[in-house]
Amino acid sequence: MEIPILTLAILMPAAGSLVIALLPHERVHWQRTLALVCSLITLVIVGVMGLEADLSSGRIQLAEVAKWLPQYGVSYHLGIDGLSYPMVLLSALLTTLAVIASWSVEYRAKAYFSLLMLLEAGLIGVFLALDYILFYIFWEVVLVPMYFLIGIWGGPRKEYAALKFFVYTLFGSVIMLVGILALFFGAGGTTFSILELAQGTYGRSLQLWVFLAFFIGLAVKVPVFPFHTWLPDAHVEAPTAVSMLLAGVLLKMGAYGFFRIMLPTLPEAMAQFAPLLGVLGVVNIVYGALAAMAQDDLKKMVAYSSISHMGFVLLGVAALTPAAVNGAVFQMFSHGVISALLFFTVGLIYTRTHTRQISELGGVLVKIPAVGVILAIAAFASLGLPGMSGFIAEFFVLLGTFATLRPLVFVAGLGMILTAGYLLWMMQRVLLGQPPAAWGQVADLAGSELVVAAPLILAAIILGVYPALLLNLSSPTVNGILTLLGGN
Amino acid sequence: MFTLAWLIPVFPALAWLIIGLSGKEMQNTGSQLAIPAVVVSLVCSVITLVQVAGGAQPETSWTWLEWPGFAISFGLQVDPLSAMMLVVVSLVSTLVQVYSLGYMAGDGHYSRYYANLSLFTAAMLTLVMADNYLLLLMAWEIVGLCSYLLIGHYFQNSGVPQAANKAFLTTRVGDIGLIIALAALFAGTGTFSFSEVFALAESGGIAQSTLVWITIGLFLGAAGKSAQLPFQVWLPDAMAGPTPVSALIHAATMVAAGVYLIARSLPLYLAVPEVMQLIAWVGGLTALLAAAVGLVVHDIKKVLAYSTISQLGYMMLGLGVGAYYPGVFHLMTHAFFKALLFLAAGSVIHAVHTQDMRRMGGLAKRLPYTSAAFLIGALALAGVYPFAGFYSKDSILAEVYLSGHRVLFWLGILAAVITAFYITRAVVLTFWHRPRSEAAAEAHESGPVMTVPLVILSLLALSAGWLGAEFAGNLLPRFLGSEVHHTDAVHRMVTLVASLAAMLGIGSALAFYHFRWFDPQRMAQRFSRLHRILQQAYGFDALYMRVFVQGTISLSEQVSRFDLNVIDKFVNWVGSATRSLAMGIAKLDRVLIDGFVVGMGTGLDLAGEKVRRWQSGQIANYLLSLVWAVLISILTFKIFG
Repeated sequence: MEIPILTLAILMPAAGSLVIALLPHERVHWQRTLALVCSLITLVIVGVMGLEADLSSGRIQLAEVAKWLPQYGVSYHLGIDGLSYPMVLLSALLTTLAVIASWSVEYRAKAYFSLLMLLEAGLIGVFLALDYILFYIFWEVVLVPMYFLIGIWGGPRKEYAALKFFVYTLFGSVIMLVGILALFFGAGGTTFSILELAQGTYGRSLQLWVFLAFFIGLAVKVPVFPFHTWLPDAHVEAPTAVSMLLAGVLLKMGAYGFFRIMLPTLPEAMAQFAPLLGVLGVVNIVYGALAAMAQDDLKKMVAYSSISHMGFVLLGVAALTPAAVNGAVFQMFSHGVISALLFFTVGLIYTRTHTRQISELGGVLVKIPAVGVILAIAAFASLGLPGMSGFIAEFFVLLGTFATLRPLVFVAGLGMILTAGYLLWMMQRVLLGQPPAAWGQVADLAGSELVVAAPLILAAIILGVYPALLLNLSSPTVNGILTLLGGN
Repeated sequence: MFTLAWLIPVFPALAWLIIGLSGKEMQNTGSQLAIPAVVVSLVCSVITLVQVAGGAQPETSWTWLEWPGFAISFGLQVDPLSAMMLVVVSLVSTLVQVYSLGYMAGDGHYSRYYANLSLFTAAMLTLVMADNYLLLLMAWEIVGLCSYLLIGHYFQNSGVPQAANKAFLTTRVGDIGLIIALAALFAGTGTFSFSEVFALAESGGIAQSTLVWITIGLFLGAAGKSAQLPFQVWLPDAMAGPTPVSALIHAATMVAAGVYLIARSLPLYLAVPEVMQLIAWVGGLTALLAAAVGLVVHDIKKVLAYSTISQLGYMMLGLGVGAYYPGVFHLMTHAFFKALLFLAAGSVIHAVHTQDMRRMGGLAKRLPYTSAAFLIGALALAGVYPFAGFYSKDSILAEVYLSGHRVLFWLGILAAVITAFYITRAVVLTFWHRPRSEAAAEAHESGPVMTVPLVILSLLALSAGWLGAEFAGNLLPRFLGSEVHHTDAVHRMVTLVASLAAMLGIGSALAFYHFRWFDPQRMAQRFSRLHRILQQAYGFDALYMRVFVQGTISLSEQVSRFDLNVIDKFVNWVGSATRSLAMGIAKLDRVLIDGFVVGMGTGLDLAGEKVRRWQSGQIANYLLSLVWAVLISILTFKIFG
């Protein structure tokens, strides 16, 4: 029998979560070491997965299917392709880095690391699931640890932020559940298979309603304007490592749904709503950038910048051309890396200065130069400097959008100028100038912190110089979906 | 054929990498690695130039991205234009880096300075060798980053970060045009390769409307980089960087990248004469308006900055009337004489610790090499025979005359008068008469690391124009594969008019500042309105500050308030309304819900049994997860509500 490597990738962190929960309370070092070991093993498993699977085939690889509730057409169905693999890899990588970034967590450490592992299991599950019920379960599984991670280890308004996050996304996902059920019954009520349901053809009105239901579920998660206000609150309160995962991977669950579900399953509704989606995309880009500019809280600024950058994913999906859709997939990964780096660096500054207010900062480059350089690298990556991944993503989205939604290219271009504006302004106030006299002696970057930052910087640069590494994975799948769309 | 061309950008790139990664260990070194690297690049560039002159055209390319029906290759190519640019860039970069040994000695961030210069050199060399628009764009942005980093070198000084930001952002606006041009190019042709795009353009394979998008977009990028109207505002502020940086990046090379881009893309522009007209007018107006500001500023670097904007305008004017060779010719001569002027100015600033010409004077005696160098640069800039600028500026003006744009021709002549005037003024104020400050009276000439580059550049500022002269066999135009259109009669006439213009400018500046026949201050008072407009550089800065900077910030604050007070308030209202409703229901059904919670608690105790049932696969886990969700929401409402 073959080793069920995909199941293993979910079970590994899940088992880790359980074992950590059984460890003695006072053994904090055991707990975090175990979390690190589990996340590293998971990362290795995901790496092996990538070697085993022929990801550029454009077809589902390493599928694992088992009967589950056959009378309802529910099955345990996992699979991987060039679309989901980058997301699984991102989840495994960022969780590992998040564990390292959480090394100093002492308060209820057992629960913390246990939940972090549970979160990883859920995230990987979402990206591997090919059955709607399974997908939905993992989707909800992700909610719970995230809720506690914000609500227990968060900042002063953690209860409010956690509850808002939870209720808002639950609201979205319940509506998505209605969409799943509508799709299930609309297709004859025989299967919950994501792939099989994508084969069917559905009437206009069914497509429309299912589209709306899914859209709300996914839009809350991405988040799409005007469903985005939970995000800044959640980020401001969340601890650093949790913010890295929230921006790095959680937001991608929503975007992933557009590629995995919306495009293949509801092509007519997608085509019909594409211009509207594109408009929402550029609204995200410009609105997010403007809101980011006005923030004094560094973390809130980065949170709004996430909203802005996720707009490029939406715009790329809406353009429905290979360059744009692949650019959108690329942006998911790229933003995952860059936003994690940004949040991590903000955390570095906060632990040293005990403030995140831009107006109270200054001279970081003088006081803690290595931290300052990393923040500058992250900011330039975020504003789309060529040679780093963000440029490739946004460039490809604009490249593909020019053919179909031309006016939006100009608005998105305006957004890129605004992005450069707020990031440069931030750097001017945080990095340059003179450090406040009140700061005492603070240590510069520690080795363990470099371990977290370096892989992210390297990933952004490698993908920025040679994006084919990722684009060659996504393009067969994306092009297959778009060919189907063209046929409709 | 064996070629060293691909190695040219590699050496400075390696130098950057090593200096950058070695961090603190390289403190106060860096130059030991950076200078040999750029010297090797220079040697390779010269060898390549000779090979290209011999008919070689090195090219290489590799696949960067390949999809079905879609491929992007990255390649480097060296044609005559690239070969010339390679030598200009590596030569000026070498001289500037050697000069910096003296100028930057004792700087606290010496190795960072050399790392940034190395990265800049590598990217600039890549830019001029790229065989396609995408690689060019990427190198283009990296040189922009280096410009930002080097302008911000003294970032702890007030005003410096703002200047760096302004440079990056203003050029960024133009770069969005460049990105849009590439998107249009891709949509219209499916390729970024120069040769493929130009072949398509010549065969009429690109729709006219697409061509308009492409050419306007490219020009926006070029105008941003080359500080043409209305993007010129960033370059004077960029003088906040160290003076050698101003010489290399903000005079000789990077700011000329816009001119290079248009020259490179001329086959596309020839198909859209309307856009050519636009370029010619923007160039001509920039040449005149920027030169005029040079009349009133007191900061010696700002005089040179406005002069650079103005000279880049000349190049654009030339390209706008389709004069490929003259535009490129002037790019080369200007690179040498303007780098010379900046380095000489740097030597002055190094000696007197001020940039204000009112606190200088009499330096000719104290700084003999520097003042001779500056004078040679000034003569070249003013277009005096037989200095470099004479040949290249004349060839532009002759082509403008021949193209029939009479207004633009006289605009160019007027700008030439003003140019000669402001640079003569700078020479007199800086070097002649008595010292006007203690520092000027006690100034000392810089050491040989600074004066030797001045001597080499002086020779080039004198002789570079001869490459385009008849007595030298029209070497450069033949190398660039360009014919000289103008007849002898036209050429003689233009030469005469332009030389008269230079004499007029020099003569009247001498009358004002040397002989003092007229009082410049009384002139300023008589034309106070004009004087004020020039001093404010036509008010672009104030306008942009009010409209774009403050406008955007105030808009962003409004958006943020809207986000908080409208959208988020609505979300919270829905939340609390729902909660009130739930509380009402909860009161009615307290017993029921309590029972539910207690029941769940019991359920959790039976975990072992559950696991068993899970394995059998017959329990609705799905339902369980929903129950979890409901349970947690109820609990949280109870705890936090």
